[in-house]
Amino acid sequence: METALETDQLGKRYGNTWALRDCSLHLPAGRIAALVGPNGAGKSTLLHMAVGLLRPDAGTVRVFGETPYDNTAALAEIGFVAQDTPLYRDFTAGELVTMGGKLNRRWDGTLARTRLAQLGIPPDKPVGKLSGGQRAQVALALALAKRPRLLLLDEPVASLDPLARREFLQALMGSVAESGTTVLLSSHLLADLERVCDYLIVLHGARVRLVGPVEDLVAEHRQLVGPRHGDDPIPGVASVVRASHTDRQSTLLVRTDGPIGDTSWAAHEVTLEDVILGYLADGDRPTSNEAWGVPA
Amino acid sequence: MIEFVLDGRSKVNTYVQLVQQVKQALRVGLLSPGDQLPKVRDVAQALAINPNTVLKAYRELVIEGLAEGRPGVGTFVTRTLAGASLPNQAELRADLVAWLHRAQAAGLTTEDVTALVETTIRATLPVDPAAHLPA
Repeated sequence: METALETDQLGKRYGNTWALRDCSLHLPAGRIAALVGPNGAGKSTLLHMAVGLLRPDAGTVRVFGETPYDNTAALAEIGFVAQDTPLYRDFTAGELVTMGGKLNRRWDGTLARTRLAQLGIPPDKPVGKLSGGQRAQVALALALAKRPRLLLLDEPVASLDPLARREFLQALMGSVAESGTTVLLSSHLLADLERVCDYLIVLHGARVRLVGPVEDLVAEHRQLVGPRHGDDPIPGVASVVRASHTDRQSTLLVRTDGPIGDTSWAAHEVTLEDVILGYLADGDRPTSNEAWGVPA
Repeated sequence: MIEFVLDGRSKVNTYVQLVQQVKQALRVGLLSPGDQLPKVRDVAQALAINPNTVLKAYRELVIEGLAEGRPGVGTFVTRTLAGASLPNQAELRADLVAWLHRAQAAGLTTEDVTALVETTIRATLPVDPAAHLPA
């Protein structure tokens, strides 16, 4: 299977702070991948390095085998829709399509015009005067007109209302079905991701926590409920992702590597959302009772 | 041509929902051999779902011998599930409609009816192992 995006020990530092560190992952071609993590987890940093806007401080990033930074040939293969879909607001959608044709070697202006016409977007109105949903559609149409092999989208639907969000995802899924483009999109909207994405990358605290095909990840994880648990290994459990305890009962989110051998545990199947939340919630959160002057 | 709908609250996998809907359409005669299934692109766009999910559902139907892919054209139904019972269905359906009206008049809600039908099926009809979908 061809690899669309591959990073090895990739890192980016701002001053003394690592925005992304030891990031090693690969994304097979033809997938639609979700990039998930809390704000500040390093999602935008990873996307910006993949699209060649940032130079890595450690490790490597490759898109279809090529290093994207300062590499026009590699950039021709990548489409990018940045957060909040920044466009030149005084330009009309028609002018932006024309401009894209002048700035790109490979450019399917007819594709962009056809898409925008079907969506009823006016070609002669400054895009700054369009609705947020329409602007997002213009940005997507421009990115797709490059006919990219890898399409990166940074929070494409975060600022859209539910209807515009659905229309955007419909347009995206329809065109991906046609072009076979590999997609990596970051989002906080877990409910959308379950239907749209078949590959998952979880970032948390500047590091990769989980990577893999959604189907496998969901199948490998279980929620176990059973008697209060110490640290004894449980047969069939590769790792405990998250644990919570009452005085007599424990609830664990675990990654399995076989059937759960111990019958004192009730094993429940989990959803993609359960898995993601489990990985995002890990680590100890320091309490601030003292700062708030309330009893712990 | 049929149109797919998804139950967003259902725990059933999206691709399984698509497979079940095709089978249901085959059972009631809404789809018959030679009919084309909706194009992958159209389903992905209409439902805003991953095209690979639609492909997976269609592959499953091909493996079960219910459909075949024609490269560059689409996926077509090759077999029906209606069987010999289809001609009898219209009459049975009319009986069922009349019965449902009686149930409604008697004060049963939709949930009451579903529960009654399901428990009665379990109590009356032997379990048909072929009716179970693969997990």
